[in-house]
Amino acid sequence: MPDNDPSTPFAHAPAAPPDTGLHAARRRWMSVLARAGADEIAALLGGAPTLPEHVRLRGPEAGLVMLRGRAGGGGAAFNLGEMTVTRCTVRVADGHVGHAYVAGRDARQAELAALLDAALQDPARHDALQAMVIAPLAARQRAARDGIARRAAATRVDFFTMATMRTDS
Amino acid sequence: MSIDLPGFADPVLESQACFRAVLDALARPGTLHEAGVGLVPPAPLASAAAAVLLTLVDGETQLWMAPEFAASRDWVNFHCGTVPVAAADTAAFVLAAGLPDLAALAAGSDEQPDTSATVILQVAALGRGRRLRLSGPGLRVPAALAVDGLAEDFPEVWAANHALFPRGVDLLLCCGSTLAALPRSVRVEG
Repeated sequence: MPDNDPSTPFAHAPAAPPDTGLHAARRRWMSVLARAGADEIAALLGGAPTLPEHVRLRGPEAGLVMLRGRAGGGGAAFNLGEMTVTRCTVRVADGHVGHAYVAGRDARQAELAALLDAALQDPARHDALQAMVIAPLAARQRAARDGIARRAAATRVDFFTMATMRTDS
Repeated sequence: MSIDLPGFADPVLESQACFRAVLDALARPGTLHEAGVGLVPPAPLASAAAAVLLTLVDGETQLWMAPEFAASRDWVNFHCGTVPVAAADTAAFVLAAGLPDLAALAAGSDEQPDTSATVILQVAALGRGRRLRLSGPGLRVPAALAVDGLAEDFPEVWAANHALFPRGVDLLLCCGSTLAALPRSVRVEG
C-alpha cells in the first residue's frame, strides 16, 4: 500500500525518519495491522506458523490522543478532537520488541498487532508471516478502499465539461 | 533501546499502592514501607525507586537522573513517558544514588513551597547502618531511622534544608523494595 495514503489522519505530522530498509517495511506492516480487526488477524494466524511466547511490557491500555487539523491546508493547526487509541508493547522470546497503536479500545487487536510486529522483525519468521497474514490483510484493505473510491468516483461531477457545454450552446 | 523489562503489571492498583506508601512514609518520617514489590527494573534502579518513578512521574514532569542511572534511562523514558532534563536545578524530581547538593535544587518559594524538588535517593541499606534521630511533625516521640550510605555530614546538610521551611526539598530514601521518607519538616540529629 502507498505510504502517503491520503486517508491517514497525520498528513501534517512532522517529518518522519527516512523510509529505509526495515523502518519502511515495519511502517507498512504496522499500518496494515492497525487497520485490521482482532478476529481478522486471529483467523489468518490459524494457518500461519505458531508465534513465539511473549511478555507484555506495557498495556494493552486505552487512552486518548489529540488529533490536530488545519483548515484549508494552509491555516494554523487546531485541536480537532480526541480519539480513543489502544497501545501495547510486547517482547518475544528472541528479544524483539513489538509496538502497536490501534484506533478504538480493542485490547486483543493491540496485543496481536504488537506480537506480530515483534515476530515480523525476526528474519526466520518474517517471510511466512508476511505472506500468510500481512499480504492478505493488505489486499483486503486495498480492495475495500478501492470499492469506496469507485463508488465516490461514480458521483463525481466534472465542472470543466459543464462549462464547455454552456459555451457551446 | 533497553526497554526489555515490564513496568507495573497492574498500573492502576500498583501505582495507587505505591502512592499510599509514599504518603504514609512522608506522614510518619522514618517508618519503613514496601513499594514496588515484584517489580524488576533494569539495574542500577531499585524496585522502590522505580515504583516511585512509575507512580509520580509522567510526560509533564521534570525529572533529572544522575549519570550513574544511564543504563536505566531508556526504561524510565518508555514507562514514564518522560525525557529526563539536563539540569537538576529546575527538576521536580531528582533521582540519585549519592546525595546531590540540596542547596542547588529547587526549594520552592514562600508563596508556592510545593514547587520544590523531591529527591529519590537510592541508599545502600535501610533499617541498618548509621542511626539518625528524627523529630518533628508526624512524630509524637522522636524516632530512629538507620540508613547506610549517607554522607558523614548529612545531619548538618539536612539542618540547612530544614531551616528553609516552608521551603526546602523532600527526601525519599529507597533500598530494594523498601522506602522511607524525610520531609523538609523533620529535624535530623546524627
